[in-house]
Amino acid sequence: MDEKDRILLQLLEENCRTPLSELAVLAEMSEQDVKDRIGRLEAAGAIRRYGAVVDWERAGDGNVAAVIELKVSPERDFGYDRIAERISRFPQVRSLRLMTGAYDLQLLVTGPSMHEIARFVSEQIAPMDRIRETATHIIMKTYKENGTTFAEREEVERLPYSF
Amino acid sequence: MRDFVSKRARAIPPSGIRKFFDIAQTMEDVISLGVGEPDFVTPWCVCEASIYSIEQGSTAYTSNKGTPQLRAAISRYLDTRFNTRYDPEAEIIVTCGVSEAADIAIRAVTDPGDEILVAEPCYVSYNPCVSLAGGTPVPVLCRAADEFRLTADALAESITPKTKALIANFPNNPTGGVMEKGDWHAIADLLVDHDLLLISDEVYAELTYDGEHFSPARIPELRERTITLNGFSKAFAMTGWRIGYLCAPPEITAAALKIHQYVALCAPVMGQIAAYEALRIGEDEKDAMVREYRLRRNLFVDGLNKLGLVCHVPKGAFYAFPSVESTGMTDVEFAEGLLREQHVAVVPGSALGPSGAGHVRCAYAVSRDDLKEALSRMGAFLESIK
Repeated sequence: MDEKDRILLQLLEENCRTPLSELAVLAEMSEQDVKDRIGRLEAAGAIRRYGAVVDWERAGDGNVAAVIELKVSPERDFGYDRIAERISRFPQVRSLRLMTGAYDLQLLVTGPSMHEIARFVSEQIAPMDRIRETATHIIMKTYKENGTTFAEREEVERLPYSF
Repeated sequence: MRDFVSKRARAIPPSGIRKFFDIAQTMEDVISLGVGEPDFVTPWCVCEASIYSIEQGSTAYTSNKGTPQLRAAISRYLDTRFNTRYDPEAEIIVTCGVSEAADIAIRAVTDPGDEILVAEPCYVSYNPCVSLAGGTPVPVLCRAADEFRLTADALAESITPKTKALIANFPNNPTGGVMEKGDWHAIADLLVDHDLLLISDEVYAELTYDGEHFSPARIPELRERTITLNGFSKAFAMTGWRIGYLCAPPEITAAALKIHQYVALCAPVMGQIAAYEALRIGEDEKDAMVREYRLRRNLFVDGLNKLGLVCHVPKGAFYAFPSVESTGMTDVEFAEGLLREQHVAVVPGSALGPSGAGHVRCAYAVSRDDLKEALSRMGAFLESIK
């Protein structure tokens, strides 16, 4: 990856609907170069997916989200990978990470109600082999997601002119 | 009652944008490309450190020339960033913004009758400061054909036996023009041969997009005859903190310090603490802002040229300086029409020196969405006057 790739990735991460022509002007290259580079970045898996950052609460969807911590006994030869693979197949699991520290896997789970999440954890996750302990934390409010703050700050008034 | 206003104060011409300011105040949805300041808020790490220092009770005067920590940090920064060396004890003064640094630099070297050359178009404060100091400002014109560089020919034409100093600001407000190493070498001999002093305002140094900023004090023959001015406003988005600095050989620094200590005493302590933090931990955020300005420049200058408003690619600062000649209007007519009809504020180039006439200054220190909206309104304005 070079500096031009980095610029393209940042622009797409910020707004993946930016037209090719605009990307070309911003990154100081031809449209064809932009197309080629994005193609390569997609093929290499550097770009996983194009999506929107959604504030579901504001969109009117009452989905509940929770962070779930799991203590897991790793498997010989596979470590945490096989159990993580099993867990990641549940559509309720929005993200899944292996962590250092007091627990091993961290899940972000969403569901229509607290009750549903509780049932998912107790019936689907907790009984799995090698899961030693679970802790469920309901998310109360999101202030910032993927670099985007949700709270609206009042704009500071600037002078219209200065030298 | 007598007329108490001094002749000197009276002689300062009124601001060329006052009228525009008043019109803009009456509008709700102005997109302002008229402000010469970053739209970013000061990096949070810098604000946070300053808030903490206030909580700890750091609210007193500092040393006249600025805190030792900040002067040492500025000295290290100039060395590593621009290859210029200044002794933090004898050659650096922390000032209330670069505005004050320019004023005390000018007053420290100007005697009545001295002619001070000012590379134009330029920031508006140099000429009045020269006049208030009793000197005579003499414009040296930088032209669009030279990408607004200062050339040896233009400089040579303006030098007389009375000439004492040259004030230059590169990267330049309002043109975005820069002076590269070779450009400075081309005029260094003239400055030496005529025994002139150089006041180099480099407040936009960090905002250099193609290549590296070249500080004229790097040239050994110029180092001893150069006052370098710089500050935190533009690079670190810290306009309201009012922190700049002056660097010069000890004798000139000592003279400027006498003026500074009587007019300002010292720069605000909160700002000095914030500036120290900016140099300590603000580099990444500064770099991110510079990258964003470059994207905005690319977007905006491309858009201007597509509209037929011919604009050279500015290599520094955050100003585009397109020609409005193709419209058949003067820069003042264009700026006023654009503001009244389409609520886009730009500064007429003639307000920034006669060689700025026929151009308008557009500060692209606004979001890319606002720049696109401004371009589309400018397009609508151009359609309406066809």
